[in-house]
Amino acid sequence: MKGTNLGEFEELVLLTIAALVNEAYSVGICDELERQTKRAVKLGVVHSVLNRLEEKGLVKSKLGEATQTRGGKRKRYYTITSAGKSALVKSKEVRDQLWNMIPEFSLKRI
Amino acid sequence: MKNQNDIHPPRWATRFLSWYCKDELLEDLEGDLHEYFERNVISKGATKAKLIYIIDVFKFLRLYTIRKPEFVNLLINWIMLGSYIKTSGRTIVRNKLFSTINIVGLAISMSVGLLLIGMLFDIFSYDKFHVNHKRIYRVISHYEYLDQKDGNFMATTSLKAAKEIAQTFSVPEEVAILSREFTGDMKAGEKVIPLSGFWSNPAFFKVFSFQLAQGNQATALKDPYSVVLTEKSARKLFGDEPALGKFVTLNNDKQYTVTGILKDLPTFSHMQFDMLGSLVTSEANARKDDLAWDNVWGTWVYLLLPPDADLTALKTSLDELSKREDPTVKNTHIELALQPMDDIMLGQNLGNQIGPTMGRSSMLIFAGLAFIVILSAGFNYTNLSIARSLKRTREVGIRKVIGALKRDVMGQFVVEAVIISLCAVVIAILLFVLLKPYFLNIEPSIQKVFLLNLSPKLLLYFIGFAIVVGMAAGFFPALFFSKINAALVLKNASNSTFFRKLTVRKVLIVFQYCISIIFITSTIVVYKQYKHFITFDLGFKTENILNIALQGNKAEILTKEFSELPEVTGVSQSLMVTSVGNYWGTYVKYYQNPNDSLVVGYNTVDENYLPLHGHKLLAGRNFTARADSSESEVIVNQAVLKRFNIAGQNPEKALGEILKVDGKNLRIVAVMKNFHYGRANARESTKEVMFRYSNKTARLVNVKIKTQDILATYAKIQAIWKKVDPIHPMEAKFYSEQIEEAFSGLKASVKVAGFLAFLAICISSLGLLGMVVFTTETRLKEISIRKVMGASEIRLLYLLGKGFFLLLAIAALISIPVTILFFEKVAFPELANHSPLALGEMLLGVLAVLALALIMIGTQTIKVARANPAEVLKNE
Repeated sequence: MKGTNLGEFEELVLLTIAALVNEAYSVGICDELERQTKRAVKLGVVHSVLNRLEEKGLVKSKLGEATQTRGGKRKRYYTITSAGKSALVKSKEVRDQLWNMIPEFSLKRI
Repeated sequence: MKNQNDIHPPRWATRFLSWYCKDELLEDLEGDLHEYFERNVISKGATKAKLIYIIDVFKFLRLYTIRKPEFVNLLINWIMLGSYIKTSGRTIVRNKLFSTINIVGLAISMSVGLLLIGMLFDIFSYDKFHVNHKRIYRVISHYEYLDQKDGNFMATTSLKAAKEIAQTFSVPEEVAILSREFTGDMKAGEKVIPLSGFWSNPAFFKVFSFQLAQGNQATALKDPYSVVLTEKSARKLFGDEPALGKFVTLNNDKQYTVTGILKDLPTFSHMQFDMLGSLVTSEANARKDDLAWDNVWGTWVYLLLPPDADLTALKTSLDELSKREDPTVKNTHIELALQPMDDIMLGQNLGNQIGPTMGRSSMLIFAGLAFIVILSAGFNYTNLSIARSLKRTREVGIRKVIGALKRDVMGQFVVEAVIISLCAVVIAILLFVLLKPYFLNIEPSIQKVFLLNLSPKLLLYFIGFAIVVGMAAGFFPALFFSKINAALVLKNASNSTFFRKLTVRKVLIVFQYCISIIFITSTIVVYKQYKHFITFDLGFKTENILNIALQGNKAEILTKEFSELPEVTGVSQSLMVTSVGNYWGTYVKYYQNPNDSLVVGYNTVDENYLPLHGHKLLAGRNFTARADSSESEVIVNQAVLKRFNIAGQNPEKALGEILKVDGKNLRIVAVMKNFHYGRANARESTKEVMFRYSNKTARLVNVKIKTQDILATYAKIQAIWKKVDPIHPMEAKFYSEQIEEAFSGLKASVKVAGFLAFLAICISSLGLLGMVVFTTETRLKEISIRKVMGASEIRLLYLLGKGFFLLLAIAALISIPVTILFFEKVAFPELANHSPLALGEMLLGVLAVLALALIMIGTQTIKVARANPAEVLKNE
């Protein structure tokens, strides 16, 4: 398995998957990210990140039901694995620790 | 507005996506892109949405999405290839007639392709033996006097420019200078051999990779009166004795030391010479105008540039040099430019080349024609394969039912085509070997440039070419068969309607016949022009005149000797041969208008020249024989009177007027009728011309012969020559021969066009034969029934042939106007004094092609029409 370290964008994608619960598929993730981060998110980037996350075993995917839209093609839904969860938790812990180290006044001055 | 659901992303893009994308990623990715597409249709419109879709498809072409080639597939393909080859072999053997037609047709056309490849191969082999060939550039120049642009660039430049570049430019590593003309009779001991070569400087050996067998590269061309001989020349002069350090004498004048022996030059070198003299020798003897800035006709300059040289900066420095030097000559601008050495053989058509080259335009024309001929043969293949399809559809249907995919069927047919074209290339290579000597003899320059030797590498190219041709020819039939619907074909055994609507076949036949007709009519037209020009009325007589180059011998001695032969009716002397494309000109002024000067073409002749050539004098008298060589008389043509407006253009009154020629005052003693001084097809072939008198400067003697036995007389003349000049072989040609040579380009195009016409006709006839055989065979039963019902043979002939007649008529109707337009609008405006388009002969050519086609249709249909209907029908 490749390293479990998460990149910034990988973390965002992983969080979105967790947030969308059962509705996380590529275009949906894209839209949600755009809404939350207010920046343009390219499908190609999301797609390759999803592919990488799956390779790392942080998410798993299955195909949904075929619908009239999307030219009759099925969606691939992503769900977060326990490895994914622990990776998210770990990165949050790291952040929290760092946040806690920051003295009150130094932030106020900014 | 269209319903949104009706708008689809471009199908080919989707197909491309599914071709490259991994199966496990494909469906989801396709869906995603489709979803975006639907959104974009609403927000941005259909066109933009499609564009974005296409861009996205290409954006997703990434390492992680690409399908990995599967080993199993490769294995299956490999196994299937064996099967394809086996079944292809069977079909080829089973359909002997079609296979023969295809193989022969392809072989004929490929032989032309092979010639082309051989030529290109030779051309690209030129000068590659120079280690630095990529870094060698030649300085070329463009001469412009006043505003008269003198056509193209010339391969030469001035010695002055060469010196300036060598001394003041820092970029070139070395500057090699080759200067003409180091030519003459070289004498070593008692042996005298005529040799030719160039003056050159020591940098020659640094720029080029010519190897010295003996001698020192650094010093061989350093000292005055040094000469470097090629091994061949050294052998001629000294035999097997060592030549290095020996003395040789040039033209019985100066003595030179042999300072180097050069290994014989490779054939594929664009410069060829027997020897090199040290440039300092010629500089020591240079006249003032040899170093003039505008003397751009005698020196070739080659620069060895560093690998990272900035060519634009160098060009700028050349332009600056021109700016600096232009004021040293009056009214003249010389532009210099650089030409990579690798472009010399196949580059622009420059004047003053150092050796024979092949122009890019003629190569392109030949390549175009070869391509058309190959295309035509490829059409035959396509045509016949699709025609045969009736018999093969079921095979394809069964293959598909068993599980063959589209690409398997395609593979099958492409392999079949490749096998046929490989068979064809074997025959084509034989044809290539047979055609080679004829091809090389088409034009003298072709023989000088090409060897066309078969080498293993060239053979490899040939086979590669055959595979490409086979794949191209097989592609359309393969596509056609792969689209066959298996169920439809198998259900309906005789579904001839399936192919009825195919007009492609007819279009292909029309195309082939158009090509044939265009080639044959063009050949006829060009041949007529050639005949027209070599029998052109030049304004004087050229019959039975043998022009013999003096090569430095005394004209009087030869004249005296030749005159004693009973068959010789007259001998005259002249400077040059007119009407074959040679020009000698000098400035002339008329004393009444001293500011108006003009270059007038001239020939210096003796008193016998004008009567011998039958030039017509309008007024005045011929030159009279003089003992001394001073010049005082001139004979001009009408155009000179007109140009200077001498004596109101009245020939009688113009006599006695004075022209200033080369600083001498010459009296007009006669006015002659205009004649074609230039080549008959040159635009200004009858412009201002004068004859000057001289009994000293002749380069030729013109011998008029009256004899029944030309060969015997020629032998006698040759014997006299041998007696007078034992060193040089006699260079004698009949005037009419020289005129033919002047039009050898036209003659070569007649030969090439005629050859291609022959090929095109062969190929299209083969194709037509195949089609006729096929249609008659498939309608055999119908014909038999018609016959039983009482149809006459004529009626049947008409029935079977009318479709083809129609196609031939269409081909004729398209191609004749195309040919006429081409010659009237494109070719003839370039050709002065051409004869009118020979419509009658053209039609004759068309009729010949059509007659051939009709005979073929006729014989085949008669065979069927005469068949005994009982024989055919009883087999049912």
